[in-house]
Amino acid sequence: MQLDDLSRRLIERYQHQLPICTDPWQAMADELGCSAAEVLDCLRRLDEQGALSRVGPVFEHSRAGASTLVALAVPQSRLEQVAELVNRYPEVNHNYLREHDYNLWFVLTGPDRQSLERCLEDIQQTTGLAPLDLPMRRAYRIDLGFSLEATP
Amino acid sequence: MSACTCPSDPDLTHRLIDLTQAGLPLVDDPWAWIAERLGISREQALQLLQQLQRDGAIRRIAAVPNHYRLGYRHNGMTVWDVEDARMDQLGPLVGAQPFVSHCYRRPRRDGWRYNLFAMVHGRSAEDIDRDRQRIRQLLGDACRADDMLVSSRILKKTGLRLNRPAPTDRAQAPSQESSSCSE
Repeated sequence: MQLDDLSRRLIERYQHQLPICTDPWQAMADELGCSAAEVLDCLRRLDEQGALSRVGPVFEHSRAGASTLVALAVPQSRLEQVAELVNRYPEVNHNYLREHDYNLWFVLTGPDRQSLERCLEDIQQTTGLAPLDLPMRRAYRIDLGFSLEATP
Repeated sequence: MSACTCPSDPDLTHRLIDLTQAGLPLVDDPWAWIAERLGISREQALQLLQQLQRDGAIRRIAAVPNHYRLGYRHNGMTVWDVEDARMDQLGPLVGAQPFVSHCYRRPRRDGWRYNLFAMVHGRSAEDIDRDRQRIRQLLGDACRADDMLVSSRILKKTGLRLNRPAPTDRAQAPSQESSSCSE
């Protein structure tokens, strides 16, 4: 996707934080050197094109209770079936296929650690596969975005 | 009748989260739009958002890019077996690299030796190989083994939902986003 100059500057500048003030679009317009209407148009266009996954609050996950990263080593022949089973759990909010013996990677989120353990046991029973349970011990960086400078 | 807008009002906070977790309304006056739906004033709506961010319940309020759509179609979960005693020094160093989006320490397990995870994103396979190489240099002899798990397919991705499910199901269908097994 090709970004015009304003779009690129807008994403680069506001991927970490929007000005949460009385008139945010105007504040952005002042910084970007355009009008508030142009800022809003640009945001709408990027949103519609899917270049932005959202314009809004990112909530602190740890406040939601407990979470853990889980991996399963699924035989190739059972991948579709196991992926479908796993996706049915409302506790699962990301699920990625990765190239490794441990090929199914997903995040479990629940109100507390106990509920996650129950869910892990259930997954083990349902799939017959032993889940690797890898809760975060320490965060050294959390989704701060990264530079788009290399974007042509 | 005026609603209580003390930030500790859990009902109001929940309604605000329901209203905004898929995004702010892209309208001329987003605070008035929210205020109208919550039955509070425009100033109170703005203050409540500011308060939630000050308290840490909101990490950021931002124009969150979809890196996949922007051309960053390759993502690798790099995993490292780092000497425990040196983790406190090296974890933050890896996390500080501009090409790393997430970086976590996790426990080792039987059959799983890696205790440091760093997500890298790039426009090509070569990009993320180069990122992995740079991390390898940073870790030096503190790292005994490493691997990179490339994502080949996204099977489910729903944004985190903090509240009980909203009346309308806003869970997004699995999308082609470059996300990253964040917790």
